[in-house]
Amino acid sequence: MGLRENITNPFSKWMDGNAPEADVVISSRVRLARNLASFPFPHQLSKEKANEIIHALQLAINNKKTRAAVGPMELARLAELTPVERQILVEKHLISPDLLKTREEETRALVVSGDEIVSIMVNEEDHLRLQCLLPGLQLEEAARICALLDDALEQTLDYAFSEKLGYLTACPTNVGTGMRVSVMVHLPGLVINGGIKELLAFIPKVGLTVRGLYGEGTEAAGNLFQISNQVTLGRSEEEIVSGLGTVTEQVIARERQARQQLYRYRRDALEDRVWRAYGTLRYARLLTGDETMKLLSDVRLGVNLGFLKGPTPRLLNELIVLTRPAYITKMAGKDVPPAYRDSLRAKLVREKLKDLPE
Amino acid sequence: MLCEKCQERNATVHYTEIVNGQKREMHLCEECAREEQVGSFSFSPQLNLHHFLAGLMGPETGRTFIPGNQLQCRACGLTEREFRRTGLLGCAECYEQFSSWLKPLLRRIHGTVRHTGKIPERTGGQSKQRRELQRLKQELQAAVSQERFEEAAKLRDRIRELEKQMEQGGE
Repeated sequence: MGLRENITNPFSKWMDGNAPEADVVISSRVRLARNLASFPFPHQLSKEKANEIIHALQLAINNKKTRAAVGPMELARLAELTPVERQILVEKHLISPDLLKTREEETRALVVSGDEIVSIMVNEEDHLRLQCLLPGLQLEEAARICALLDDALEQTLDYAFSEKLGYLTACPTNVGTGMRVSVMVHLPGLVINGGIKELLAFIPKVGLTVRGLYGEGTEAAGNLFQISNQVTLGRSEEEIVSGLGTVTEQVIARERQARQQLYRYRRDALEDRVWRAYGTLRYARLLTGDETMKLLSDVRLGVNLGFLKGPTPRLLNELIVLTRPAYITKMAGKDVPPAYRDSLRAKLVREKLKDLPE
Repeated sequence: MLCEKCQERNATVHYTEIVNGQKREMHLCEECAREEQVGSFSFSPQLNLHHFLAGLMGPETGRTFIPGNQLQCRACGLTEREFRRTGLLGCAECYEQFSSWLKPLLRRIHGTVRHTGKIPERTGGQSKQRRELQRLKQELQAAVSQERFEEAAKLRDRIRELEKQMEQGGE
């Protein structure tokens, strides 16, 4: 299946609900920033030079060693993709919104593996951004895959590296390992019992950052948060991975505890909330994006606690991506006004849930 | 109304500046407005990391034509001022050229200025061996001070071997 057909498919490997600690951790991501020696960084790069980098990477990914390391991958220039397709890639977390913020789309490209576990952004802030995205808590595995890809690419590409400062990056906040590791976690229990405030205050103290996904400012629609490392220099890759891993385990334990307590002491209220959300998703005729995220979060909580059996975690993950504006637009085949989008969204959700048991 | 700078997009930012009673009006699109940093407080709803970085560097000093004080990268031409604006360096060489103000900045961000992570196999040159050599020497010192002489002798042999290898490998 080619890259463009893949984009249209709403499923990405990271949405697989069957993964370690998937009741709290939706996905784990490792990203490495790499630049090529003797080329200016992307924002100072001419079109010709940018193209040379794309060509060099094309050769590197077709290399036998690279294929052996991470399997076949496909390269596409941003200009070859429609605006909607680009937006879908963002919503599937395969590229950053920043890759799209440019007037010179022909200088940018992306590489994606068939299962969408591995991807590379070309000429974003750095020449290369290698990414591995896995379902559940699998930071070590994601780091291992990234390292394999990195080693394979380095066989043919000359990286900008200094013995003192490590891998050199356009922004000094990424220099050193160039490594950013993150987990996407679902924390409804801590949001309901208020423990989230404590967590938001604690995490920055241990060199990590946390932010709400899919929301404005500090609000996290759907109770989804991203935790990631801040420091990239002076620590080894293993230390960075295990640092985030340890904190994530703490977060998982606290979230599970919060859920159990809610279920034990406020069972009626919790069950009511979950069933109402499920009912709304199954029968509503208009759903906004944020409301859908909120309802999906409630339903997921019911599924995780075991009393709601119908939807699978995988389906809920898919629905997060499917109900974002870009996918709705893609299905409608044209740009649709927000009000009509809400009706399409509700229809889509109803269809996905209609044959499920109660 | 078209943006008066790029003449391409619609002007959505209308800005009036009054300095010493002189009134100046500007009509720009968002993108150009951002570039011009016109009333930047109103266009960055999210705290921009890059502006934050510039803040970490402290106030711009008046040092201009001091010889040896690099204000422009010899390789890519990036200036310190541009870095303050974008938060991005221009090329790998910038790290060398601007090291005088980059080092304190890196220390503030990361708490250190020394990479201890991965070294690339090919591009890393002898970095890997040098780091291994350093590690062995530290171990040797520890072994000697704790009077583990048999181990120390082995370590010394390995150090000699590695040094020989590096001499032959180096040009």
